[in-house]
Amino acid sequence: MKAGNSRCAFSLGFLVGSCTLYIFLRQVWFEKSFGWKRHGKSNPPPLGPEQNTPNLTWRVEGSALINLKHPHQPGEDGHITDELFKKVRILCWVMTGPSNLQSKARHVKSTWSRHCNVVLFMSSEEDRSFPTVGLGTGEGRDQLYWKTIRAFHYALKNHGDEADWFLKTDDDTFVVVDNLRWILSNYTAEQPIYFGKRFKPYAKQGYMSGGAGYVLSKEALRRFVEGFSTKVCTHTSSVEDLAMGQCLEKMGVVAGDSRDTLHRETFHPFIPEHHLTGKFSKTFWYWNYCFYPIVEGPQCCSDLAVSFHYVDPVLMYTLEYYTYRLRPYGYRHRYQPPVPAVLSLASHTGKPTTEAQRLEERVKEKSVPTYTMNPRAEKVKTTGTTSHKCCPGEKHNRQKHCMIVNMIVSSCVNPE
Amino acid sequence: MRWRAGETDSRTDTTFLLFSGCVYGNECDVVASKCEQSSVLLKELRSSMMSEGSSFMKGLILGGIFCLVMSFFETFNSGTHSEGHEHLHHHLKPVSKDELQKLSESQMSDWTLQVRVYCLIMVTPKLLVHWATANDTWSKHCDKSVFYTSESSKALEAIDLQEQDEWARLRKAIKHAYENAGDLRWFFVARPTTYAIIENLKYLVLDKDPSQPFYIGHTEKSGELDYVEYDSGIVLSYEAMRRLIEIFKDEDRCPERGHALWKTPEEKQLATCLKYTGVFAENGEDAQGKGLFNKKSVSSLISDSMGQNPADVVEACCSDMAITFGGMSPSQIQVLMYGVYRLRPYGHDFHDSLTFLPPNDSDND
Repeated sequence: MKAGNSRCAFSLGFLVGSCTLYIFLRQVWFEKSFGWKRHGKSNPPPLGPEQNTPNLTWRVEGSALINLKHPHQPGEDGHITDELFKKVRILCWVMTGPSNLQSKARHVKSTWSRHCNVVLFMSSEEDRSFPTVGLGTGEGRDQLYWKTIRAFHYALKNHGDEADWFLKTDDDTFVVVDNLRWILSNYTAEQPIYFGKRFKPYAKQGYMSGGAGYVLSKEALRRFVEGFSTKVCTHTSSVEDLAMGQCLEKMGVVAGDSRDTLHRETFHPFIPEHHLTGKFSKTFWYWNYCFYPIVEGPQCCSDLAVSFHYVDPVLMYTLEYYTYRLRPYGYRHRYQPPVPAVLSLASHTGKPTTEAQRLEERVKEKSVPTYTMNPRAEKVKTTGTTSHKCCPGEKHNRQKHCMIVNMIVSSCVNPE
Repeated sequence: MRWRAGETDSRTDTTFLLFSGCVYGNECDVVASKCEQSSVLLKELRSSMMSEGSSFMKGLILGGIFCLVMSFFETFNSGTHSEGHEHLHHHLKPVSKDELQKLSESQMSDWTLQVRVYCLIMVTPKLLVHWATANDTWSKHCDKSVFYTSESSKALEAIDLQEQDEWARLRKAIKHAYENAGDLRWFFVARPTTYAIIENLKYLVLDKDPSQPFYIGHTEKSGELDYVEYDSGIVLSYEAMRRLIEIFKDEDRCPERGHALWKTPEEKQLATCLKYTGVFAENGEDAQGKGLFNKKSVSSLISDSMGQNPADVVEACCSDMAITFGGMSPSQIQVLMYGVYRLRPYGHDFHDSLTFLPPNDSDND
């Protein structure tokens, strides 16, 4: 009995001892590898301000940030975007408030607003350090239209010569300004026109959603200001975007179609996830509001999207990363947008060309071969009818793509 | 009260005597003798407790030593057969742009043909949603993608390995992939909870010869062993696969069912087996040294960066040519597809030396 007891005690002690030490060892090893990781193995060293910060210089003029150079990535050919930056000048003003400066507006300042020609942060109070413009209004939803009126007046009065287009957004709107330039480049600042996410009710030609952002041409802005001085437009409204739309309609400003050449929306009133994956319930107001037919799923949104709304700070940086940084190497995008006529490249050839064709022209000039690969290329079968010829060493596959068959590859490039 | 002569004055004894309530007289003697017996009993009990306690302590110490010995033995075992310089942290970077432009045509066409990827996606019916997402999104960008499952599911097609043990399943999948590779020379192993940008994977291995052994991903250390983390995807060259198949036959060094008391994760078992064949883990990173393989989601990495580098969040966060992310929900992955393959700013061109066409059967990229 006693021997049995002590044996029990012994085995119990053995078990407890081995288990405790096992757990202890696991912890220790974990600590070692964790501590080792801390010594900068997997985390990259924080980059100094000299390396890789965008090629950007802001000039602060009072409460405005004037962008002198346009941000670029190393290794990127940005000459088209640079040209558009000079030809299609956009003033962005961001609707914010004192309580949102650090929680929201700050992230706008660090991300997409760097691509505007001029940026103004509109608040009820002036703040020289941020900087923000003080509009002398209150805060709150009922003040929105009043703030908008004052903001546009301020922009025209103080920066009317520095921009051709005037964009209004919220501090939780994410904008791809380069894509906005692509759309606007087909119009001039003297046309009375404005663009945004078009809604249909309450106004004959519709109006633009405030949250998704809208942009006025200089002429449209002049007429807006005129509307107030001549008392054609009203000064008070609780629904900012509708009031704006009604005023502009009265002043003869056209509500433009901001969709891309495949009729996909570019201004979006919600975050990408909702547009791409959400199924809006049939009773949701959105169905009745959209001017153009709603498309659910991936075709909801253009590749050259301009804006998204209700974007929180994490999503703001995430979208910046997706738009400007993360990319698949060598990927030939399905959508090849036409080059706007205003660009000098198009004026050489005399007609708008697709990006792909331009690339091929450049390739032929420099005789740099590009090698094309289709994932899951099948064994080659020659087809009876072909829509276009393949280069020597290539044959058509079932999908009529030219596939490299043997090692002889020339610098010939096929049009698709 | 009085004690019997020679009795120890311990607390228990005193209490015993007190409880007896005896004061004086004959009763005391009787009680005292009872006390004596009880105290003796108590002494015996205490001594037996002491002996049990001591055997418990002995057991405890011996158990601890046993555990230590076992663990040292295990690490010693995995450490002895290593060859070469295993402490050089292998870093693998993609070919630089300048080098790409210097290349001859024939070399370029060689590389184009050999950088084709076979994706092994290890699924289980429990991960059905992620399985469906991987099927619908990134796996279409592989030259060949095969789903290997533990048991078949009516909803989706896969090769049913009928194997519950993850390591055994991985072995079977590797064997199958090697035999069915055709002329594909690169292999990417991932779970469906990982998201991969295959074009960037091709870019990373573009100038690497698949007839050399390569074992690439995000490397971690466990004791002496460098292994590639499973959650962020594992890249193997054809030669590495061939060597793996060889060492699978060796039951001692690369057993199918481990004989340690605890189960080693299959990522470490893979690393151990590969180490015996002279193949070492290499960390995939870009030209700036940023890791290309991530097991965290994009939003998680961005949040971390917002905390650590608030002045330059996106720059410090993640690589432009990142290959994998993990832990993302199906809707987040749809957004990622849009963000990677579609959303872009007009007018920014990258004159890449290689062109990859979109797959034929999808509309979200």
